Amino acid sequence: MHNAVPTSWYLILSAILFGLGVAGFLYRRNIITVFMSIELMLNAVNLSFITFSYTLKQVDGHIFSFFVMVVAASEAAVGLAIILTVFKNRSTLLIDDVSSMKY
Amino acid sequence: MTALIFFLFAGLAVFCGISLVVQTHPIASALSLIGVMGSLAILYLQLGGEFIAAAQVIVYAGAIMVLFVFVIMLLNAGAEGVSRGSSPLVRFLGIFLVAAFLGLISFTIQAMLPPSESVVFGAFQGGTALEIGRKLFTAYLLPFEVTSVLILIAIVGAMVLARKEI
Repeated sequence: MHNAVPTSWYLILSAILFGLGVAGFLYRRNIITVFMSIELMLNAVNLSFITFSYTLKQVDGHIFSFFVMVVAASEAAVGLAIILTVFKNRSTLLIDDVSSMKY
Repeated sequence: MTALIFFLFAGLAVFCGISLVVQTHPIASALSLIGVMGSLAILYLQLGGEFIAAAQVIVYAGAIMVLFVFVIMLLNAGAEGVSRGSSPLVRFLGIFLVAAFLGLISFTIQAMLPPSESVVFGAFQGGTALEIGRKLFTAYLLPFEVTSVLILIAIVGAMVLARKEI
């Protein structure tokens, strides 16, 4: 069958999306965009879980990715509250300006 | 048909992922992330994850991204300027190195994995809400209950952090 897609391509897509998430995390300076890059990485890992679940014909990968979604939701709530607090105190969203814990 | 759908939505996901990284305005990045999540939901559906595809659209593209867009609007976040201390040479080299790194990873995955089976739509029927619910409330009952405590802590933490006095 010439138009079949092997499961390894899904893993490659997952790796590419994860790499893009890492690149965005390192490259961007807006704290909200950095946070969205983390969400992109979590999504990429979810795709890996679903692909392995398909390969092994087990439903466990779906459960793991469900838990990843739940943790991502609570992480987004707390993280965005932290961003709001930082903005309230420092009046900036650029991570270069919020580096006082670095030294 | 499988290959067509895969390439269409994988290409869309990669395009939106690149767009997330290179856009300067946060709202454009957020819309790109919604594009990635929608394309991934289609790919989950192709791999037999009906429930996860629905949850992806509802929880990720719905709830979480609404939260993001809400915060972007609330903080009136504008476009960020050019990064300090990065010359065009560094930027070009960075793009090149990222592309080389991703290519190397792809090659390694393709070379290291044993010849994998091809994806057939409908070959895996275990991703329905019935199967997932059965597994979730028997084998994964303890993590499920612990998750409820985690969400409670997250709600309280978000409320404490977003108070006026801090």
